[in-house]
Amino acid sequence: MTTVETAVGTAKTMVLNMGPQHPSTHGVLRILLELDGETVVKAIPDLGYLHTGIEKSCEDKTYSQVITLTDRMDYLNPLGNNLVYCLAVEKLLGLEVPKRAQYIRVMMVELQRISSHLVWLGTHAIDLGAMSVFLYCFREREEILNIFELFTGQRMMTSYIRIGGVALDPPAGWRQPVERFLKMMPSRVDEYETLLTENRIWIGRTKGIGYISPEDAIGLSMTGPTLRAAGVAYDNRKVFPYSSYEEFDFGVPTRTESDCYARYLVRVAEMRESLKIIRQAFEKIKDEGPIKADAPGIIPPQREKMKTEMEALIYHFKIFTEGFSPAPGEVFVTVESPRGELGCFIASDGSPKPLRVHFRGPSYINLQALPKLIEGQLISDVIACIGTIDIVLGEVDR
Amino acid sequence: MTESSSKKANVVAECLRSWNPKAVVEVIEFRGESTIVLPRELLRATAERCREDAKLQYNLLTDATCVDRFPAEPRFELNYHLVSIPRREKVRLRVWLGGNDPAVDSLVPVWPGANWLEREIFDLFGIRFLGHPDLRRILLPDDWEGHPLRRDYPVEGYRDVPNTGELFRKSSTP
Repeated sequence: MTTVETAVGTAKTMVLNMGPQHPSTHGVLRILLELDGETVVKAIPDLGYLHTGIEKSCEDKTYSQVITLTDRMDYLNPLGNNLVYCLAVEKLLGLEVPKRAQYIRVMMVELQRISSHLVWLGTHAIDLGAMSVFLYCFREREEILNIFELFTGQRMMTSYIRIGGVALDPPAGWRQPVERFLKMMPSRVDEYETLLTENRIWIGRTKGIGYISPEDAIGLSMTGPTLRAAGVAYDNRKVFPYSSYEEFDFGVPTRTESDCYARYLVRVAEMRESLKIIRQAFEKIKDEGPIKADAPGIIPPQREKMKTEMEALIYHFKIFTEGFSPAPGEVFVTVESPRGELGCFIASDGSPKPLRVHFRGPSYINLQALPKLIEGQLISDVIACIGTIDIVLGEVDR
Repeated sequence: MTESSSKKANVVAECLRSWNPKAVVEVIEFRGESTIVLPRELLRATAERCREDAKLQYNLLTDATCVDRFPAEPRFELNYHLVSIPRREKVRLRVWLGGNDPAVDSLVPVWPGANWLEREIFDLFGIRFLGHPDLRRILLPDDWEGHPLRRDYPVEGYRDVPNTGELFRKSSTP
Protein backbone atom coordinates (compact mmCIF):
# COMPACT_ATOMS: atom_id res chain seq x y z
CA MET A 1 0.00 0.00 0.00
CA THR A 2 1.38 3.36 -1.01
CA THR A 3 1.27 6.03 1.65
CA VAL A 4 0.55 9.64 0.81
CA GLU A 5 4.07 10.67 1.85
CA THR A 6 5.47 8.77 -1.15
CA ALA A 7 3.99 11.34 -3.50
CA VAL A 8 4.81 14.55 -1.63
CA GLY A 9 6.70 16.95 -3.86
CA THR A 10 7.61 20.61 -3.58
CA ALA A 11 5.54 23.17 -1.71
CA LYS A 12 4.05 24.33 -5.01
CA THR A 13 2.17 21.10 -5.58
CA MET A 14 -0.62 19.29 -3.74
CA VAL A 15 -1.33 15.59 -3.47
CA LEU A 16 -4.78 14.31 -4.32
CA ASN A 17 -5.90 10.83 -3.43
CA MET A 18 -8.11 9.45 -6.21
CA GLY A 19 -9.90 6.24 -5.37
CA PRO A 20 -10.10 3.46 -4.33
CA GLN A 21 -13.81 4.29 -4.19
CA HIS A 22 -14.11 6.44 -7.26
CA PRO A 23 -16.65 5.58 -9.97
CA SER A 24 -14.34 6.26 -12.89
CA THR A 25 -11.60 3.94 -11.67
CA HIS A 26 -13.84 1.02 -12.72
CA GLY A 27 -13.33 -0.92 -9.52
CA VAL A 28 -10.97 -0.32 -6.67
CA LEU A 29 -7.94 1.37 -8.15
CA ARG A 30 -6.24 4.10 -6.15
CA ILE A 31 -4.07 6.73 -7.77
CA LEU A 32 -1.98 9.26 -5.93
CA LEU A 33 -1.87 12.40 -8.01
CA GLU A 34 0.60 15.17 -7.43
CA LEU A 35 -0.94 18.30 -8.90
CA ASP A 36 0.31 21.68 -9.92
CA GLY A 37 -2.95 23.57 -10.24
CA GLU A 38 -4.97 21.24 -12.42
CA THR A 39 -1.97 19.65 -14.15
CA VAL A 40 -0.78 16.22 -13.11
CA VAL A 41 2.92 16.30 -12.23
CA LYS A 42 3.24 12.76 -11.01
CA ALA A 43 0.90 9.79 -10.72
CA ILE A 44 1.41 6.67 -8.62
CA PRO A 45 -1.14 3.86 -9.08
CA ASP A 46 -1.75 1.73 -6.00
CA LEU A 47 -3.27 -1.71 -6.51
CA GLY A 48 -4.06 -4.84 -4.63
CA TYR A 49 -7.46 -4.01 -3.15
CA LEU A 50 -9.01 -6.97 -4.97
CA HIS A 51 -6.11 -9.39 -4.55
CA THR A 52 -7.64 -12.78 -3.83
CA GLY A 53 -4.66 -15.05 -4.33
CA ILE A 54 -6.12 -16.95 -7.27
CA GLU A 55 -2.69 -18.20 -8.35
CA LYS A 56 -2.05 -19.65 -4.90
CA SER A 57 -5.49 -21.29 -4.81
CA CYS A 58 -4.81 -22.93 -8.18
CA GLU A 59 -1.89 -24.87 -6.69
CA ASP A 60 -4.26 -26.70 -4.38
CA LYS A 61 -6.80 -27.77 -7.00
CA THR A 62 -6.82 -30.41 -9.71
CA TYR A 63 -6.49 -29.22 -13.29
CA SER A 64 -10.25 -29.35 -13.96
CA GLN A 65 -11.17 -27.51 -10.75
CA VAL A 66 -9.10 -24.46 -11.67
CA ILE A 67 -11.50 -23.53 -14.51
CA THR A 68 -14.08 -22.00 -12.16
CA LEU A 69 -11.42 -19.74 -10.66
CA THR A 70 -10.42 -18.37 -14.06
CA ASP A 71 -13.95 -17.00 -14.59
CA ARG A 72 -13.49 -14.69 -11.67
CA MET A 73 -10.39 -12.84 -12.77
CA ASP A 74 -11.50 -10.77 -15.73
CA TYR A 75 -15.21 -10.82 -15.05
CA LEU A 76 -16.02 -9.15 -18.38
CA ASN A 77 -14.25 -11.92 -20.27
CA PRO A 78 -14.85 -15.19 -18.40
CA LEU A 79 -14.99 -17.27 -21.58
CA GLY A 80 -11.65 -15.91 -22.74
CA ASN A 81 -10.11 -16.79 -19.40
CA ASN A 82 -11.55 -20.32 -19.59
CA LEU A 83 -10.15 -20.58 -23.11
CA VAL A 84 -6.58 -19.57 -22.30
CA TYR A 85 -6.42 -21.90 -19.32
CA CYS A 86 -7.88 -24.84 -21.24
CA LEU A 87 -5.57 -24.23 -24.21
CA ALA A 88 -2.60 -24.30 -21.84
CA VAL A 89 -3.68 -27.57 -20.21
CA GLU A 90 -4.41 -29.08 -23.63
CA LYS A 91 -0.96 -28.08 -24.80
CA LEU A 92 0.53 -29.63 -21.69
CA LEU A 93 -1.36 -32.86 -22.39
CA GLY A 94 -0.86 -32.75 -26.17
CA LEU A 95 -4.61 -32.98 -26.63
CA GLU A 96 -6.35 -32.36 -29.96
CA VAL A 97 -9.74 -30.60 -29.74
CA PRO A 98 -12.46 -31.48 -32.31
CA LYS A 99 -13.06 -28.81 -34.95
CA ARG A 100 -16.70 -28.37 -33.98
CA ALA A 101 -15.73 -27.52 -30.41
CA GLN A 102 -13.08 -25.10 -31.68
CA TYR A 103 -15.65 -23.21 -33.77
CA ILE A 104 -18.07 -23.06 -30.85
CA ARG A 105 -15.26 -21.66 -28.73
CA VAL A 106 -14.45 -19.02 -31.34
CA MET A 107 -18.07 -17.95 -31.61
CA MET A 108 -18.51 -17.66 -27.85
CA VAL A 109 -15.25 -15.80 -27.31
CA GLU A 110 -16.08 -13.30 -30.04
CA LEU A 111 -19.52 -12.70 -28.58
CA GLN A 112 -17.73 -12.11 -25.30
CA ARG A 113 -15.41 -9.63 -26.96
CA ILE A 114 -18.35 -7.60 -28.23
CA SER A 115 -20.04 -7.66 -24.84
CA SER A 116 -16.82 -6.56 -23.14
CA HIS A 117 -16.32 -3.72 -25.61
CA LEU A 118 -19.94 -2.68 -25.01
CA VAL A 119 -19.34 -2.42 -21.27
CA TRP A 120 -16.17 -0.49 -21.98
CA LEU A 121 -17.88 1.91 -24.37
CA GLY A 122 -20.84 2.46 -22.06
CA THR A 123 -18.80 3.14 -18.95
CA HIS A 124 -16.16 5.17 -20.76
CA ALA A 125 -18.87 7.37 -22.24
CA ILE A 126 -20.59 7.78 -18.88
CA ASP A 127 -17.26 8.85 -17.35
CA LEU A 128 -16.99 11.56 -19.96
CA GLY A 129 -20.58 12.69 -19.49
CA ALA A 130 -22.45 10.88 -22.28
CA MET A 131 -25.12 9.16 -20.22
CA SER A 132 -27.33 7.75 -22.98
CA VAL A 133 -24.61 5.68 -24.71
CA PHE A 134 -24.46 3.53 -21.60
CA LEU A 135 -28.13 2.62 -21.93
CA TYR A 136 -27.74 1.76 -25.61
CA CYS A 137 -24.72 -0.45 -24.97
CA PHE A 138 -26.28 -2.36 -22.11
CA ARG A 139 -29.37 -3.04 -24.23
CA GLU A 140 -27.25 -5.06 -26.69
CA ARG A 141 -25.11 -6.60 -23.98
CA GLU A 142 -28.29 -8.04 -22.53
CA GLU A 143 -28.90 -9.87 -25.81
CA ILE A 144 -25.42 -11.41 -25.64
CA LEU A 145 -25.87 -12.44 -22.02
CA ASN A 146 -29.14 -14.11 -23.00
CA ILE A 147 -27.27 -16.13 -25.61
CA PHE A 148 -24.72 -17.14 -22.96
CA GLU A 149 -27.51 -18.18 -20.63
CA LEU A 150 -29.01 -20.30 -23.38
CA PHE A 151 -25.69 -22.04 -24.11
CA THR A 152 -24.22 -22.36 -20.66
CA GLY A 153 -26.96 -21.79 -18.08
CA GLN A 154 -25.07 -18.78 -16.75
CA ARG A 155 -24.92 -15.15 -17.76
CA MET A 156 -21.50 -14.28 -16.39
CA MET A 157 -19.44 -16.97 -14.65
CA THR A 158 -19.94 -19.46 -17.44
CA SER A 159 -17.14 -22.05 -17.02
CA TYR A 160 -18.34 -23.23 -20.41
CA ILE A 161 -15.03 -24.01 -22.07
CA ARG A 162 -13.58 -27.16 -20.56
CA ILE A 163 -10.37 -29.10 -21.00
CA GLY A 164 -10.70 -30.93 -24.33
CA GLY A 165 -13.76 -29.10 -25.63
CA VAL A 166 -16.83 -27.35 -24.31
CA ALA A 167 -19.20 -28.33 -21.50
CA LEU A 168 -22.46 -28.76 -23.40
CA ASP A 169 -23.78 -29.24 -26.89
CA PRO A 170 -25.42 -26.07 -28.24
CA PRO A 171 -29.08 -26.22 -27.16
CA ALA A 172 -31.90 -26.90 -29.61
CA GLY A 173 -32.89 -23.76 -31.47
CA TRP A 174 -29.66 -21.89 -30.71
CA ARG A 175 -29.32 -20.58 -34.25
CA GLN A 176 -32.37 -18.34 -34.03
CA PRO A 177 -31.19 -15.93 -31.29
CA VAL A 178 -27.64 -15.81 -32.69
CA GLU A 179 -28.98 -15.11 -36.18
CA ARG A 180 -31.22 -12.37 -34.79
CA PHE A 181 -28.27 -10.82 -32.96
CA LEU A 182 -26.08 -10.91 -36.07
CA LYS A 183 -28.80 -9.19 -38.11
CA MET A 184 -29.45 -6.52 -35.50
CA MET A 185 -25.95 -5.67 -34.31
CA PRO A 186 -24.37 -3.85 -37.32
CA SER A 187 -27.07 -1.17 -37.26
CA ARG A 188 -26.65 -0.87 -33.48
CA VAL A 189 -22.91 -0.24 -33.85
CA ASP A 190 -23.85 2.47 -36.36
CA GLU A 191 -26.07 3.97 -33.67
CA TYR A 192 -23.18 4.28 -31.21
CA GLU A 193 -21.08 5.86 -33.90
CA THR A 194 -23.87 8.35 -34.70
CA LEU A 195 -23.90 9.34 -31.05
CA LEU A 196 -20.15 9.68 -30.58
CA THR A 197 -17.85 9.61 -33.61
CA GLU A 198 -18.59 13.14 -34.81
CA ASN A 199 -19.81 14.47 -31.50
CA ARG A 200 -17.89 17.67 -30.77
CA ILE A 201 -17.85 17.17 -27.01
CA TRP A 202 -16.62 13.58 -27.41
CA ILE A 203 -13.87 14.64 -29.82
CA GLY A 204 -12.92 17.49 -27.50
CA ARG A 205 -12.58 15.14 -24.54
CA THR A 206 -10.67 12.39 -26.34
CA LYS A 207 -8.74 13.69 -29.37
CA GLY A 208 -5.06 14.27 -28.65
CA ILE A 209 -5.46 13.05 -25.05
CA GLY A 210 -3.24 10.34 -23.60
CA TYR A 211 -0.69 10.00 -26.40
CA ILE A 212 1.92 7.25 -26.21
CA SER A 213 4.47 6.51 -28.92
CA PRO A 214 4.58 2.99 -30.41
CA GLU A 215 8.15 2.49 -29.10
CA ASP A 216 7.10 3.40 -25.56
CA ALA A 217 4.00 1.22 -25.82
CA ILE A 218 6.04 -1.85 -26.83
CA GLY A 219 8.69 -1.04 -24.22
CA LEU A 220 6.01 -0.94 -21.54
CA SER A 221 4.68 -4.31 -22.79
CA MET A 222 1.32 -2.85 -23.79
CA THR A 223 -0.86 -5.03 -26.00
CA GLY A 224 -4.36 -5.08 -27.41
CA PRO A 225 -6.37 -2.14 -28.75
CA THR A 226 -4.07 0.33 -26.97
CA LEU A 227 -1.07 -0.94 -28.92
CA ARG A 228 -3.02 -1.25 -32.16
CA ALA A 229 -4.16 2.38 -31.84
CA ALA A 230 -0.45 3.26 -31.84
CA GLY A 231 -0.05 1.65 -35.25
CA VAL A 232 1.37 -1.77 -34.29
CA ALA A 233 -0.80 -4.51 -35.82
CA TYR A 234 -0.07 -7.08 -33.12
CA ASP A 235 -3.01 -9.40 -32.60
CA ASN A 236 -2.52 -12.92 -31.22
CA ARG A 237 -5.35 -14.23 -33.37
CA LYS A 238 -3.27 -13.39 -36.46
CA VAL A 239 0.31 -13.67 -35.18
CA PHE A 240 0.00 -16.88 -33.15
CA PRO A 241 -3.36 -18.35 -34.26
CA TYR A 242 -5.11 -20.67 -31.82
CA SER A 243 -8.45 -22.48 -31.91
CA SER A 244 -8.52 -22.44 -35.76
CA TYR A 245 -8.44 -18.62 -36.05
CA GLU A 246 -6.26 -19.07 -39.15
CA GLU A 247 -9.37 -20.32 -40.99
CA PHE A 248 -11.31 -17.13 -40.37
CA ASP A 249 -11.27 -14.05 -42.52
CA PHE A 250 -11.08 -10.84 -40.50
CA GLY A 251 -9.08 -7.66 -40.32
CA VAL A 252 -6.99 -6.14 -37.55
CA PRO A 253 -8.04 -2.49 -37.22
CA THR A 254 -5.20 -0.11 -36.45
CA ARG A 255 -4.79 3.67 -36.13
CA THR A 256 -1.70 5.76 -35.84
CA GLU A 257 -2.83 8.72 -33.68
CA SER A 258 -2.44 6.73 -30.45
CA ASP A 259 -4.79 8.94 -28.44
CA CYS A 260 -8.04 8.18 -26.60
CA TYR A 261 -10.06 8.87 -29.74
CA ALA A 262 -7.99 6.43 -31.81
CA ARG A 263 -8.48 3.72 -29.18
CA TYR A 264 -12.21 4.33 -29.32
CA LEU A 265 -12.21 3.97 -33.11
CA VAL A 266 -10.13 0.78 -32.92
CA ARG A 267 -12.51 -0.86 -30.45
CA VAL A 268 -15.61 0.07 -32.45
CA ALA A 269 -13.97 -1.32 -35.60
CA GLU A 270 -13.10 -4.47 -33.65
CA MET A 271 -16.75 -5.02 -32.81
CA ARG A 272 -17.52 -5.06 -36.54
CA GLU A 273 -14.66 -7.51 -37.21
CA SER A 274 -15.91 -9.77 -34.40
CA LEU A 275 -19.33 -9.84 -36.04
CA LYS A 276 -17.68 -11.13 -39.23
CA ILE A 277 -15.96 -13.89 -37.25
CA ILE A 278 -19.18 -14.85 -35.49
CA ARG A 279 -20.98 -15.06 -38.83
CA GLN A 280 -18.28 -17.38 -40.21
CA ALA A 281 -18.23 -19.54 -37.08
CA PHE A 282 -22.02 -19.69 -37.16
CA GLU A 283 -21.83 -21.24 -40.61
CA LYS A 284 -18.92 -23.54 -39.79
CA ILE A 285 -20.57 -25.13 -36.72
CA LYS A 286 -22.26 -28.30 -37.91
CA ASP A 287 -25.44 -29.54 -36.27
CA GLU A 288 -23.92 -32.88 -35.36
CA GLY A 289 -20.47 -33.78 -34.15
CA PRO A 290 -18.25 -34.21 -31.13
CA ILE A 291 -17.81 -31.32 -28.67
CA LYS A 292 -15.10 -33.00 -26.61
CA ALA A 293 -11.83 -34.70 -27.42
CA ASP A 294 -11.68 -38.47 -27.22
CA ALA A 295 -9.32 -38.94 -24.28
CA PRO A 296 -10.47 -41.42 -21.64
CA GLY A 297 -9.01 -40.63 -18.25
CA ILE A 298 -8.95 -36.89 -18.97
CA ILE A 299 -12.38 -36.04 -20.33
CA PRO A 300 -15.25 -37.23 -18.09
CA PRO A 301 -17.29 -39.94 -19.86
CA GLN A 302 -20.87 -39.35 -20.97
CA ARG A 303 -23.47 -39.91 -18.29
CA GLU A 304 -25.14 -42.67 -20.27
CA LYS A 305 -21.87 -44.60 -20.61
CA MET A 306 -20.97 -44.07 -17.00
CA LYS A 307 -24.12 -45.84 -15.91
CA THR A 308 -23.74 -48.81 -18.22
CA GLU A 309 -20.01 -49.41 -18.64
CA MET A 310 -17.66 -50.42 -15.86
CA GLU A 311 -14.63 -48.82 -17.48
CA ALA A 312 -16.36 -45.46 -17.92
CA LEU A 313 -17.41 -45.53 -14.28
CA ILE A 314 -13.82 -46.10 -13.17
CA TYR A 315 -12.60 -43.19 -15.30
CA HIS A 316 -15.34 -40.97 -13.95
CA PHE A 317 -14.38 -41.82 -10.38
CA LYS A 318 -10.67 -41.31 -11.05
CA ILE A 319 -11.14 -37.94 -12.79
CA PHE A 320 -13.29 -36.47 -10.03
CA THR A 321 -11.34 -37.77 -7.07
CA GLU A 322 -7.72 -37.84 -8.12
CA GLY A 323 -7.64 -35.94 -11.42
CA PHE A 324 -5.18 -36.62 -14.21
CA SER A 325 -1.42 -36.14 -14.32
CA PRO A 326 0.18 -34.39 -17.29
CA ALA A 327 3.86 -34.88 -18.09
CA PRO A 328 6.29 -32.61 -16.21
CA GLY A 329 7.10 -29.43 -18.10
CA GLU A 330 6.08 -25.84 -18.65
CA VAL A 331 3.82 -24.24 -21.24
CA PHE A 332 2.90 -20.65 -21.95
CA VAL A 333 -0.13 -19.91 -24.11
CA THR A 334 -1.42 -16.51 -25.18
CA VAL A 335 -4.78 -15.48 -26.60
CA GLU A 336 -6.19 -12.11 -27.60
CA SER A 337 -8.58 -10.96 -24.90
CA PRO A 338 -10.65 -7.77 -25.40
CA ARG A 339 -7.98 -5.95 -23.40
CA GLY A 340 -4.86 -7.41 -24.99
CA GLU A 341 -2.60 -10.40 -24.74
CA LEU A 342 -3.93 -12.76 -22.09
CA GLY A 343 -1.39 -15.41 -21.21
CA CYS A 344 -1.42 -18.52 -19.07
CA PHE A 345 1.73 -20.18 -17.80
CA ILE A 346 1.47 -23.63 -16.25
CA ALA A 347 4.30 -25.59 -14.68
CA SER A 348 3.57 -29.24 -14.08
CA ASP A 349 5.61 -31.56 -11.89
CA GLY A 350 3.77 -34.68 -13.06
CA SER A 351 1.24 -34.67 -10.20
CA PRO A 352 -2.55 -34.17 -10.59
CA LYS A 353 -2.28 -30.61 -9.27
CA PRO A 354 -0.41 -27.83 -11.08
CA LEU A 355 2.87 -26.77 -9.51
CA ARG A 356 2.30 -23.20 -10.61
CA VAL A 357 -0.35 -21.38 -12.62
CA HIS A 358 0.34 -17.82 -13.64
CA PHE A 359 -1.89 -15.50 -15.64
CA ARG A 360 -0.50 -12.64 -17.65
CA GLY A 361 -3.35 -10.18 -17.23
CA PRO A 362 -3.36 -7.53 -19.96
CA SER A 363 -5.10 -5.03 -17.66
CA TYR A 364 -2.31 -5.30 -15.10
CA ILE A 365 0.43 -4.67 -17.61
CA ASN A 366 -1.38 -1.99 -19.61
CA LEU A 367 -2.16 -0.10 -16.40
CA GLN A 368 1.57 0.30 -15.91
CA ALA A 369 1.56 2.86 -18.71
CA LEU A 370 -0.99 5.09 -16.95
CA PRO A 371 1.56 7.52 -15.41
CA LYS A 372 3.13 7.88 -18.86
CA LEU A 373 -0.27 8.74 -20.36
CA ILE A 374 -1.41 11.26 -17.76
CA GLU A 375 1.66 13.06 -16.51
CA GLY A 376 1.53 16.61 -17.82
CA GLN A 377 -2.18 16.39 -18.64
CA LEU A 378 -5.16 17.93 -16.88
CA ILE A 379 -6.92 16.12 -14.07
CA SER A 380 -10.11 15.75 -16.12
CA ASP A 381 -8.11 13.82 -18.72
CA VAL A 382 -7.00 11.31 -16.10
CA ILE A 383 -10.51 9.89 -16.23
CA ALA A 384 -10.46 9.64 -20.01
CA CYS A 385 -7.09 7.85 -19.87
CA ILE A 386 -8.11 5.30 -17.24
CA GLY A 387 -11.21 4.52 -19.25
CA THR A 388 -9.32 4.18 -22.48
CA ILE A 389 -6.86 1.59 -21.15
CA ASP A 390 -9.93 -0.54 -20.34
CA ILE A 391 -8.89 -2.15 -17.08
CA VAL A 392 -10.74 -4.79 -15.09
CA LEU A 393 -9.52 -4.70 -11.53
CA GLY A 394 -10.37 -8.33 -10.95
CA GLU A 395 -7.68 -9.19 -13.45
CA VAL A 396 -5.24 -6.51 -12.32
CA ASP A 397 -5.17 -7.82 -8.75
CA ARG A 398 -6.07 -11.50 -9.33
CA MET B 1 8.25 -31.14 -30.37
CA THR B 2 8.02 -30.05 -33.98
CA GLU B 3 10.98 -29.80 -36.28
CA SER B 4 10.54 -26.09 -36.94
CA SER B 5 10.53 -25.24 -33.24
CA SER B 6 13.79 -27.05 -32.55
CA LYS B 7 15.31 -25.32 -35.54
CA LYS B 8 14.14 -22.00 -34.15
CA ALA B 9 15.66 -22.73 -30.74
CA ASN B 10 18.92 -23.55 -32.47
CA VAL B 11 18.85 -20.23 -34.30
CA VAL B 12 18.44 -18.29 -31.04
CA ALA B 13 20.94 -20.44 -29.14
CA GLU B 14 23.50 -20.33 -31.95
CA CYS B 15 23.12 -16.60 -32.25
CA LEU B 16 23.70 -16.15 -28.52
CA ARG B 17 26.58 -18.62 -28.46
CA SER B 18 28.38 -16.85 -31.25
CA TRP B 19 28.04 -13.63 -29.24
CA ASN B 20 29.19 -15.13 -25.95
CA PRO B 21 30.00 -18.86 -25.67
CA LYS B 22 29.01 -18.83 -21.98
CA ALA B 23 25.55 -17.33 -22.57
CA VAL B 24 23.67 -20.59 -23.12
CA VAL B 25 23.72 -23.24 -20.40
CA GLU B 26 21.01 -25.46 -21.83
CA VAL B 27 18.26 -25.48 -24.47
CA ILE B 28 15.02 -27.22 -23.48
CA GLU B 29 12.31 -28.20 -25.95
CA PHE B 30 8.85 -29.06 -24.68
CA ARG B 31 5.56 -29.10 -26.62
CA GLY B 32 6.99 -26.85 -29.31
CA GLU B 33 8.21 -24.20 -26.89
CA SER B 34 11.89 -23.50 -26.51
CA THR B 35 13.52 -22.45 -23.29
CA ILE B 36 17.03 -21.09 -23.09
CA VAL B 37 18.67 -21.43 -19.70
CA LEU B 38 21.16 -18.68 -18.95
CA PRO B 39 23.73 -18.18 -16.21
CA ARG B 40 22.27 -15.62 -13.85
CA GLU B 41 25.06 -13.07 -14.10
CA LEU B 42 24.53 -12.82 -17.87
CA LEU B 43 20.74 -12.30 -17.74
CA ARG B 44 20.67 -8.57 -18.43
CA ALA B 45 23.34 -8.65 -21.12
CA THR B 46 21.66 -11.57 -22.89
CA ALA B 47 18.23 -9.95 -22.70
CA GLU B 48 19.67 -6.81 -24.23
CA ARG B 49 21.26 -8.91 -26.96
CA CYS B 50 17.94 -10.62 -27.68
CA ARG B 51 16.31 -7.24 -28.14
CA GLU B 52 19.03 -5.53 -30.16
CA ASP B 53 20.33 -8.32 -32.41
CA ALA B 54 19.00 -7.87 -35.95
CA LYS B 55 18.52 -11.63 -36.31
CA LEU B 56 16.51 -11.97 -33.08
CA GLN B 57 14.54 -8.71 -32.54
CA TYR B 58 12.71 -9.84 -29.42
CA ASN B 59 11.23 -6.41 -28.78
CA LEU B 60 8.32 -7.28 -26.46
CA LEU B 61 8.74 -8.68 -22.96
CA THR B 62 5.32 -10.19 -22.58
CA ASP B 63 5.59 -11.88 -19.21
CA ALA B 64 7.94 -12.68 -16.39
CA THR B 65 7.13 -15.15 -13.67
CA CYS B 66 8.68 -17.45 -11.12
CA VAL B 67 8.25 -21.08 -10.12
CA ASP B 68 9.24 -22.27 -6.66
CA ARG B 69 10.58 -25.84 -6.74
CA PHE B 70 10.95 -26.09 -2.96
CA PRO B 71 12.51 -28.24 -1.43
CA ALA B 72 14.79 -28.72 -4.47
CA GLU B 73 17.81 -26.47 -4.67
CA PRO B 74 18.27 -24.10 -6.50
CA ARG B 75 14.59 -23.59 -5.82
CA PHE B 76 13.54 -20.53 -7.87
CA GLU B 77 13.11 -20.70 -11.60
CA LEU B 78 12.61 -17.28 -13.23
CA ASN B 79 10.97 -17.37 -16.64
CA TYR B 80 10.94 -14.44 -19.06
CA HIS B 81 8.68 -14.73 -22.09
CA LEU B 82 9.84 -12.70 -25.06
CA VAL B 83 8.01 -12.03 -28.31
CA SER B 84 9.46 -10.74 -31.52
CA ILE B 85 6.66 -8.80 -33.19
CA PRO B 86 8.47 -8.46 -36.57
CA ARG B 87 9.59 -12.12 -36.66
CA ARG B 88 6.44 -13.59 -35.08
CA GLU B 89 8.46 -15.77 -32.73
CA LYS B 90 8.40 -16.50 -29.02
CA VAL B 91 11.15 -17.68 -26.73
CA ARG B 92 11.55 -18.21 -23.01
CA LEU B 93 14.65 -17.21 -21.08
CA ARG B 94 15.27 -18.91 -17.76
CA VAL B 95 17.61 -18.40 -14.84
CA TRP B 96 17.86 -20.44 -11.64
CA LEU B 97 18.22 -18.81 -8.21
CA GLY B 98 19.09 -20.41 -4.91
CA GLY B 99 16.89 -20.05 -1.85
CA ASN B 100 19.48 -18.19 0.21
CA ASP B 101 18.84 -14.47 -0.45
CA PRO B 102 17.70 -14.80 -4.08
CA ALA B 103 18.66 -11.80 -6.20
CA VAL B 104 19.14 -11.14 -9.89
CA ASP B 105 19.70 -8.17 -12.19
CA SER B 106 16.58 -6.22 -13.02
CA LEU B 107 15.48 -6.01 -16.65
CA VAL B 108 13.88 -2.56 -16.26
CA PRO B 109 16.83 -0.88 -18.07
CA VAL B 110 16.13 -3.15 -21.06
CA TRP B 111 12.31 -3.11 -21.01
CA PRO B 112 10.57 -0.50 -18.82
CA GLY B 113 7.59 -2.89 -18.82
CA ALA B 114 9.53 -5.26 -16.56
CA ASN B 115 8.85 -2.87 -13.68
CA TRP B 116 5.53 -4.20 -12.38
CA LEU B 117 6.28 -7.77 -13.43
CA GLU B 118 9.36 -7.76 -11.21
CA ARG B 119 7.53 -6.00 -8.40
CA GLU B 120 4.92 -8.76 -8.49
CA ILE B 121 7.62 -11.44 -8.25
CA PHE B 122 9.32 -9.52 -5.45
CA ASP B 123 6.01 -9.24 -3.61
CA LEU B 124 4.88 -12.85 -3.97
CA PHE B 125 8.21 -14.73 -4.04
CA GLY B 126 10.64 -12.42 -2.26
CA ILE B 127 13.19 -12.25 -5.05
CA ARG B 128 15.21 -9.04 -5.14
CA PHE B 129 15.90 -7.35 -8.46
CA LEU B 130 19.16 -5.43 -8.42
CA GLY B 131 18.96 -2.03 -10.07
CA HIS B 132 15.15 -1.91 -10.01
CA PRO B 133 14.06 1.74 -9.65
CA ASP B 134 11.06 1.17 -7.39
CA LEU B 135 11.19 -2.24 -5.71
CA ARG B 136 8.12 -2.15 -3.42
CA ARG B 137 5.32 -4.61 -2.79
CA ILE B 138 2.52 -4.16 -5.32
CA LEU B 139 -0.42 -6.45 -4.56
CA LEU B 140 -0.02 -6.96 -0.82
CA PRO B 141 0.29 -4.32 1.93
CA ASP B 142 3.84 -3.13 2.66
CA ASP B 143 3.82 -4.72 6.13
CA TRP B 144 2.76 -8.19 4.97
CA GLU B 145 4.71 -11.06 6.47
CA GLY B 146 6.27 -13.55 4.10
CA HIS B 147 5.81 -14.22 0.40
CA PRO B 148 2.60 -16.13 -0.29
CA LEU B 149 3.47 -17.86 -3.54
CA ARG B 150 6.43 -19.69 -2.03
CA ARG B 151 5.63 -23.37 -1.68
CA ASP B 152 6.45 -23.36 2.04
CA TYR B 153 3.98 -20.54 2.78
CA PRO B 154 0.78 -21.99 4.33
CA VAL B 155 -2.41 -21.34 2.35
CA GLU B 156 -4.06 -19.78 5.43
CA GLY B 157 -1.08 -17.48 6.10
CA TYR B 158 0.93 -17.25 9.28
CA ARG B 159 -1.69 -15.62 11.50
CA ASP B 160 -5.31 -16.16 12.50
CA VAL B 161 -6.28 -12.52 12.05
CA PRO B 162 -6.10 -10.58 8.81
CA ASN B 163 -3.11 -8.36 8.29
CA THR B 164 -4.22 -4.84 9.22
CA GLY B 165 -1.09 -3.19 10.48
CA GLU B 166 -0.09 0.34 11.37
CA LEU B 167 0.47 1.22 7.74
CA PHE B 168 -3.07 0.27 6.78
CA ARG B 169 -4.54 2.69 9.30
CA LYS B 170 -2.11 5.40 8.30
CA SER B 171 -2.81 5.20 4.60
CA SER B 172 -6.58 5.19 4.98
CA THR B 173 -6.48 8.77 6.32
CA PRO B 174 -5.14 10.91 3.49
